[in-house]
Amino acid sequence: MTTATAPQPTPPRPSKVYFFGTCLVDLFYPEAGMAGMELLKAQGLTVVFPQGQSCCGQPAYNSGYRDEALKVARAQLDLFPEDLPIVVPSGSCAGMMRKHWPHLFHGEPDEAKAVNVSSRVWELTQFLVQVLDVRLEDKGEPMRVTWHASCHAQREMGVVEEPKALLRQLANVELVELKREKECCGFGGTFAVRHPEISAAMVGDKVADIEQTGARRVVSGDCGCLLNINGALEGGRKPVQGQHIAQFLKERLHG
Amino acid sequence: MAEHPPQAVNFAAASKAALLDPQLRGNFRRAMDGLMSKRAVQFADAKEWHDMRALAASVRLRTLAKLPELLETLEANCTRNGIQVHWASTTAEANAIVLGIMKRVDAKLAVKGKSMVTEEMHLNAFLEQHGIEALEADLGEYIVQLDGTMPSHIIMPAIHLNTKQIAHLFKRKIKEAESIEDAAYLTDLARRILRKKFMTADVGMSGVNAAVAETGTLCLIENEGNGRMCTTVPPVHIAFMGLEKVVEHLEDVPPVISLLPRSATGQPITTYVNMITSPRKEGELDGPREIHLVILDNGRSSVYADPELRDTLRCIRCGACMNHCPVYTKVGGHAYEAPYPGPIGKILVPQMEGLAKRGEMPHACTMCNACVEICPVRIPIVEIMGRLRVEAVRPGDAVKDAGAQASKAEAMVWKGWAAMNASPTAYKIATMAMSKLGNAAPTGLPLLKEWTSVRAKPRFASRTLHDLAREKGIPDV
Repeated sequence: MTTATAPQPTPPRPSKVYFFGTCLVDLFYPEAGMAGMELLKAQGLTVVFPQGQSCCGQPAYNSGYRDEALKVARAQLDLFPEDLPIVVPSGSCAGMMRKHWPHLFHGEPDEAKAVNVSSRVWELTQFLVQVLDVRLEDKGEPMRVTWHASCHAQREMGVVEEPKALLRQLANVELVELKREKECCGFGGTFAVRHPEISAAMVGDKVADIEQTGARRVVSGDCGCLLNINGALEGGRKPVQGQHIAQFLKERLHG
Repeated sequence: MAEHPPQAVNFAAASKAALLDPQLRGNFRRAMDGLMSKRAVQFADAKEWHDMRALAASVRLRTLAKLPELLETLEANCTRNGIQVHWASTTAEANAIVLGIMKRVDAKLAVKGKSMVTEEMHLNAFLEQHGIEALEADLGEYIVQLDGTMPSHIIMPAIHLNTKQIAHLFKRKIKEAESIEDAAYLTDLARRILRKKFMTADVGMSGVNAAVAETGTLCLIENEGNGRMCTTVPPVHIAFMGLEKVVEHLEDVPPVISLLPRSATGQPITTYVNMITSPRKEGELDGPREIHLVILDNGRSSVYADPELRDTLRCIRCGACMNHCPVYTKVGGHAYEAPYPGPIGKILVPQMEGLAKRGEMPHACTMCNACVEICPVRIPIVEIMGRLRVEAVRPGDAVKDAGAQASKAEAMVWKGWAAMNASPTAYKIATMAMSKLGNAAPTGLPLLKEWTSVRAKPRFASRTLHDLAREKGIPDV
């Protein structure tokens, strides 16, 4: 309950997976979602994107509106009928589905179904490394990047090394880690607008940390963090850009 | 008791002021970075950390499971040992108990080691009103008392100040102080002043880190020796504990006191470990003639009554959650205007003082889980935070002033949000509208205004992932 969920037992390599895009990717970073699906297809998998999907329910869940969160989470349950992994290009939404859904559905008539769906959820980089054991061939120009770890990927999904392992596979990419990699960027969903000054101070420290690496790009696996960090980079007219790891990897593989 | 709900404490305003103080921000950033790396050294062995933590958590869980029974045993054994036990359900009752003791012994001066329970009670101010000087003897507490402020951290009360600031404060407030910006000089000066006070104090006061039920022993850990002075030199000793601080057996103490300083300051053990089991006995040459133990409830029994919220009471007050909190490290402890700042404060204080006054505290958190990751007794801080957010908008009786933040307008927004996200058709229409029109929204709109205070406006993509997936022929089932 208190820490990341136990590591998933690695299932046999499937031939087909579901993709849950998340609402932020849907609205702000659809190309990251497409890139995620292309990475999976490039591994020979069939990717199913259920068109009925919307959101994992986290915004309401974390704001104290559990009934509303439940209603939205429930609307996703029938979208994944086959016993296949569900890959999510976000540590935070994956964490909501994997860690919080069982709690949210506790005592509900569809609890068993929710627990079943929840148990099949994987964060994208975790799936690429642990299940598919991907090997990446870098066709891009030499570039220095840094990695921003999302809090929920690290602490709810236990995803720490996987994304960095993927970046390190890229021959022409130099990964320079942040000094305070584990520190939150200050997004926190409604926190960013409920406590804008504190959020601004947090993202300010994050931007300074990113700048001291000398990286041209900050890569991350969560679009909430990216909205926040990119907004601050752009607002402060910094030359660095944030990008979702799926999109970054896709670009490197295509050269 | 006030009839109307108390005024909400404005965390946003206080934190804004803190953020504008570059000295304060720098002091906290440096101090917390240092504390985090010192702690990490102590727990370099992941397996040892895992095992120690599991043991300490199990001690606390077992204690809480038997709490009423253990408190009775503690009282019986303390009484047998000659320690007088007093129960206080409110801070006002606790203060009255202390005043009663002080008046009986005609006390003029009391010296006090660190005790967060006495901060809950605002004991110093209360005693001062009654003409009794209560002097803080922990160096950090002594500094904040001189400065007329509150502790900014539960373990390191003056962590918001640097050596230079403390030197200026001493110069201003202490006659014999020289302008020397040197920690050793300042410590020595405070030590000389305090030493005289220990010898003349009528009453010594202290906190309790763990009270052992089976032996009636009060365990107190500290680094400066001021705790030992307070509990052995004056003729009367008054100890304060929250009712959750009891443990069952003597062997339950080491798991707690070995994790506490490691987590707090990165020390393997504190300089002093005091075990106090009775006042001075016949024929003994030193020690207090009387020992009193004040056991304070102050809302803890209602926290205890809820099985989910009860985990709040596992806390051993190490303060590591503060050191690791990205919000605390930015705004510092004073912004919370509460006896307990940081993550543990955000779950404990609203339960003690009610959600009308403290409803904003559980929201001042990004739910990053950094505190949960390092909590030595594995308190599910963020889950409790989430629960308090529910209680804040839902009338009920699980938490004081539940429903205080309920707002029809906000509830409508979430209802609308749920309706949109629970129906594929509504979702499709809404996301299409946002893609087409969202970028035209003026930055002066509520929420967008806050967002764009330091950030560029977020840009909606012209086509959603749903659109792109359909266009690319990605199968739907």
